[in-house]
Amino acid sequence: MSRTVTAPGEAPSRAPGAPAHRVRRPRRALLPYLLVLPALIAELAIHVIPMLVGAWMSLLHLTQFFIRNWTAAPYGGLTNYRVAVDTNGPVAKDLIHSFLITVAVTVLVVALSWMFGLAAAVFLEKPFRGRGVLRTLFLVPYALPVFTAVITWRFMFQRDNGMVNALLSDELHLAHGHPFWLLGGNSFVAIVVVNVWRLWPFAFLTLMAGLQSIPGDLYEAAAIDGAGFARRLRSVTLPLLRPVNRVLLLVLFLWTFNDFNTAYVLFEQPPADADMISIHIYNASFLTWNFGLGSAMSVLLLAFLLVVTLGYLGAGRLRSRHA
Amino acid sequence: MKARGIAALAASVTLAAGLSACGSGGGDDSSPKSLTYWASNQGRSIQQDQQVLGPELKKFEAKTGIKVKLEVIGWPDLLNRILAATSSGQGPDVVNVGNTWSASLQATGAFQPFDDATIAKVGGKAKFIPSTLTSTGAAGKPPAFVPLYGLAYGLFYNKKLFADAGLKPPQSWQELVADAKKLTDPAKKQYGVVMEGASYTEGAHFAFMFGRQNGANLFQGGQPGFDSPQMVAGVKQYVDLMAGQKVVNPSNAEYLNDADMLKDFAAGKAAMMMIQSYAPKGLAENGMKAGEFGVVPIPAPDPLPPGGHKVSSHVAGINIGVFKNTKNKDGALKLIDFLTSPDEQKILDTQLGPLPVVQQAYNDPKFQTPEIKTFRDILANASETLPMIPQEAQFETLVGNTVKQLIADAAAGRPVDDQTIQSRLAAANKKMQSGG
Repeated sequence: MSRTVTAPGEAPSRAPGAPAHRVRRPRRALLPYLLVLPALIAELAIHVIPMLVGAWMSLLHLTQFFIRNWTAAPYGGLTNYRVAVDTNGPVAKDLIHSFLITVAVTVLVVALSWMFGLAAAVFLEKPFRGRGVLRTLFLVPYALPVFTAVITWRFMFQRDNGMVNALLSDELHLAHGHPFWLLGGNSFVAIVVVNVWRLWPFAFLTLMAGLQSIPGDLYEAAAIDGAGFARRLRSVTLPLLRPVNRVLLLVLFLWTFNDFNTAYVLFEQPPADADMISIHIYNASFLTWNFGLGSAMSVLLLAFLLVVTLGYLGAGRLRSRHA
Repeated sequence: MKARGIAALAASVTLAAGLSACGSGGGDDSSPKSLTYWASNQGRSIQQDQQVLGPELKKFEAKTGIKVKLEVIGWPDLLNRILAATSSGQGPDVVNVGNTWSASLQATGAFQPFDDATIAKVGGKAKFIPSTLTSTGAAGKPPAFVPLYGLAYGLFYNKKLFADAGLKPPQSWQELVADAKKLTDPAKKQYGVVMEGASYTEGAHFAFMFGRQNGANLFQGGQPGFDSPQMVAGVKQYVDLMAGQKVVNPSNAEYLNDADMLKDFAAGKAAMMMIQSYAPKGLAENGMKAGEFGVVPIPAPDPLPPGGHKVSSHVAGINIGVFKNTKNKDGALKLIDFLTSPDEQKILDTQLGPLPVVQQAYNDPKFQTPEIKTFRDILANASETLPMIPQEAQFETLVGNTVKQLIADAAAGRPVDDQTIQSRLAAANKKMQSGG
């Protein structure tokens, strides 16, 4: 195979028919492949093989009797998938509930993070005293390690001794008594707040970089035409940020949708109202020790994300072609 | 380039080896000078466990030359960590397990069976108190574990609060509820009972105990019966302390560890506490002296419901076992022999608080206190072993988490009645049937 492929641009530098080159030629052609090989192996080892193993596991009855040697687990065909989507059974009901919660959390988190990020980026665009300090301050949540940041939130959300209740009920008298934040309906609020707090600095950072690339004379021209702040934002800033936004929204969506750490550190086992799907799948496999079922749920999740991502990118490409 | 090619080749070979190593591995003695030991969290905190076990493991090293790497793991994570170690084959040599999981973990085949020859190496069957051997594995198979610590549930009550209210420790569940109501005064932040509401293991234990008091059977012929009327009654008996009777501070729904419960009880914020026999040590650390609390068996409803049993505790405790993948099987057995020797049992049990599992240790006057007498009496006369079948651990996770959710719902002010409990338990039952 290496003989037939020649790197473009190499041929003219070679004297045709020179015997010395004929010996060296195959080795040179091999070089790019060898250089790519480690990356290829790493990609296979880190992404492709585990994914295939997961897909295979989803077809097995992988219970406690076989987890030590799961090659011996009996083949179950699509049984696990049937359990995961049978809407009459409690497993599928919980999965769908968790999916809907995750979608709701994701929509809110992406929208709020993007809005906060855009607002901060636009207002910090013009130089003023203390701008550097503010920029640094805004990035702190993003720079903190997940565990440290989220465990602090967990303490703050505690019912009796948490700072949130001390502030809301005891100081500001906005809430009656001490509500729960880590249980019941409020846990939905808690997971959204913590996720937005963690993610908006990334939106801010990305949009700030995007704003740098918009030429200043466009704003000047718009100002001469009498465009106010809102008009400049709508007609100059947002259209020119579109390529940045396309990637940013996708990344924010995937991060929030797949997030395991935040919900795990905040709740350990999230209550039903904050049951993020990746941790739901993890817990579901450990509840019954059927890891095949967990794998089947993961494959379904993967398929969903793949469809959304491809659809989103495809739609974006169409739109930019028409634009 | 050549070097990188070799590195890549090496990487792929390691990868392949890693994949094929899953599930293989038989245990040998190729690394006789070191051991990894996963201990469960027995003391007030993980640090305290490390402080207690550390010097003892140094003694073991001085005696045998084997260096033990200790990791203490909290209860919320222990079972998941053991399962992960089982599936990857990358685990410790020696591990503590909740004794109720014995048959479930035995079914994975990842643990060294204690056949007669093996158990002889840790002192023989006769060394252990017979009742502690009832929960070491499925019937008819060599045990997968040997007992390390014995435990039993008891009802701790605050003597002063009871005396001030003119009450005597309850003899029946009805009395317990009535006393708890008298001792509850939310304005003073004082409640009748404190519970570890966010702990699924506690939820499972009480579901079993109160289910048995109401005549429930967890399994019949291998089929789960989590949603029988008797189980519903049992779960309700526990959850109702918060939901219906309101004698528990709703904040308890966030309590995940003993520490919260011990602190409230020691501070007089709760008059009663259902907890295992290690509690006195933790209470002392929270400033409560030995004479300030009493222990009685957890009472059953009077009269007992039809088919009910007078169960005040399950045969609780910690077992210890050897992973088959160990590289130092002899050393692992030596460590178990060491930790279950009468001398070490005396040291560990006095410092961490559980009951010794070897008869000889009880000769020590430290184990002649009234509390310990009560607990030994509960174990001998009013306790049952959780079913020793492979599905037992799934009962704990499924029903335990259901109880935990019910308590959370009650705390958040959502209605928790017979029907709610029944439908949640039915869902757990179905998950068990479709999952296993």
